[in-house]
Amino acid sequence: MDKQKLLQMYYEMVLIRRVEERGAELYQAGKIGGFMHLYIGQEAVSTGLIAAREPRDRVITAYRDHGVALNCGISANEVMAELLGKITGMSKGKGGSMHMASVEKNMWGGHAIVGGHLPIAAGLALGDQYAGNDNITICMFGDGATNIGYFHEALNLSKIWNLRVLWVCENNQYGMGTAVERASAVDEIRQKADGYGMKSDRVDGMDVIKVYEAAQKAIQYVRETSQPYLLEAVTYRFRGHSMGDPERYRQQDEVKKWQENDPIGIFRAYLLKHQVATESELNALDDQAQADTDKAVEFAEASPEPGLEELFKDIYVD
Amino acid sequence: MARITMREAISQALMEEMDRDPAVFILGEEVGVWGGTYAVTKGFYDKYGPQRVKDTPIAENAILGAAIGAAMVGQRPIAELMTINFAFSAMDYVVNQAPKLRYMFGGQFKVPMVIRAVGGGGRQLGATHSQTPDAIFAHFPGLIVVSPGTPADAKGLLKSAIRSDDPVLFIEHATMYQVRGEVPEGEHLEPIGKSKIQRPGKDVTIVTYCKGLELSMKAADQLAKEGIEVEIVDLRTLRPLDMEPVLESFKKTNRAVVVEEGWKSYGVGAEVVSRMYEEAFDYADAPILRVAQKEVPLPYNRTLEQAALPQVPDIVAAVKEVLK
Repeated sequence: MDKQKLLQMYYEMVLIRRVEERGAELYQAGKIGGFMHLYIGQEAVSTGLIAAREPRDRVITAYRDHGVALNCGISANEVMAELLGKITGMSKGKGGSMHMASVEKNMWGGHAIVGGHLPIAAGLALGDQYAGNDNITICMFGDGATNIGYFHEALNLSKIWNLRVLWVCENNQYGMGTAVERASAVDEIRQKADGYGMKSDRVDGMDVIKVYEAAQKAIQYVRETSQPYLLEAVTYRFRGHSMGDPERYRQQDEVKKWQENDPIGIFRAYLLKHQVATESELNALDDQAQADTDKAVEFAEASPEPGLEELFKDIYVD
Repeated sequence: MARITMREAISQALMEEMDRDPAVFILGEEVGVWGGTYAVTKGFYDKYGPQRVKDTPIAENAILGAAIGAAMVGQRPIAELMTINFAFSAMDYVVNQAPKLRYMFGGQFKVPMVIRAVGGGGRQLGATHSQTPDAIFAHFPGLIVVSPGTPADAKGLLKSAIRSDDPVLFIEHATMYQVRGEVPEGEHLEPIGKSKIQRPGKDVTIVTYCKGLELSMKAADQLAKEGIEVEIVDLRTLRPLDMEPVLESFKKTNRAVVVEEGWKSYGVGAEVVSRMYEEAFDYADAPILRVAQKEVPLPYNRTLEQAALPQVPDIVAAVKEVLK
């Protein structure tokens, strides 16, 4: 990978972290409503994955979507504006935290019903297959989504129809507050691919390089063979399930242990060790991410609310 | 114009649209090799092949989810549900995904898909396979709900539904596939969201749709022999609901009956009657009555099932009641 790409990935990871930290503050200040699920701790998964895609490959994810949106190239301004419910958000303030998307950036949402977007992902891939191209759909979801029927219907369909879907399970150890071993019949989510005769892999989701390499391999396989593939990324969310989670289901020691493996710290050490960048170059990117986050907050705060005329817009096309 | 069955009319609409637009394809349980459980897509598999007539697993979430996804990226899928009762297995897609994706993402997405679903009682299929739950689906903004009562409307409305850029639930009736009617050959489009006078009259208004239209036409024939001229307004589309012809007719007759096959409670009639009272209360010369299904799960036994479903004599009696 060239230096430029590696530094871009580093910048994106830091940007996600900063944007979400500010988001948490704004939520606590009452400026963001509804549910908000932070991606902090999981940045390496989305960053590595999306760095490995071609722009024509589609991305669809669940409600923990701010990071995915930023990685796909949606601006921090639009992400922050959507969080604040402003007209300048990509969903005009009508979607909120859980519903970020951009057709232009090939990011198909942001979906809030657990598992509900998996059959839709199969459909995106079906649309491409029907059109005769070899685009891939990358569908991300949590470990909790693998216990619901949608997952099984979607994986089965993708296999029997040879759909180009890269299924990516972000196993962050908990579906809300229920640990994987309490909710899933198998501990390793990748095992579920076996039931569908589907290839799979399991990767350290805290290491962006490992995610990138696993994603590259998976994407190549999916594109060339026209077969789906399940990639499990083992990761951890440092914050609660959503804002206001009392976190009674896990010990602070456990959280601390994972935090020692901060994906940004790991990647920074990698970049320095391999002399890809100097401390000062990385510090400059940190500053850039901070400045872009500050600008995004200013932009969002200054943006107007959607007017009441928006209430009845976009229910139907015709 | 040819006199053909409802089945042939629907089939014709599907075939004409598939011939016209390569983005249109069909997916569902037994739509291909089998030829459709109600034989609507008989011959399609041979003509269009497995890419455009896709047999699916028995997995309604996969069927509807896949249709939505394909629609979002520019195809025009027609997803067939073997019966509307199976929509409950995939309710999320019918009411929670397809109708909301456009609005929720600020107008970025289009979901140009049709869900064809067969509903209705009268075939002794038992309580879980015989329902007429149309009103439930019509509750949700963002979804279009169409349910034709004549072969000509079935053809014209289905063609419009396939061309619509919004998700359409197209409800057919299990006992009406053999109903015959005059249907224009070739291009014939009926507008979605427009009610229609199916029979003019001056004494009383019947508002109905789908199976209710067939029953109401028979009731009107009987009543005509007694000198009662019934005007029948066919809703055809349940959402968006077009009340104009209903109100116009009611303002003329001042008496009305609403006929539906579904249950009365929280039903189509409840909605229509409320709007009539809200918008034309002063025109009522008698309370508006509703004829609907008895409030029971439909039984298998033929006599019991028929006793639960609305029948022509029920409509005749209701019309006479509002004329008292």
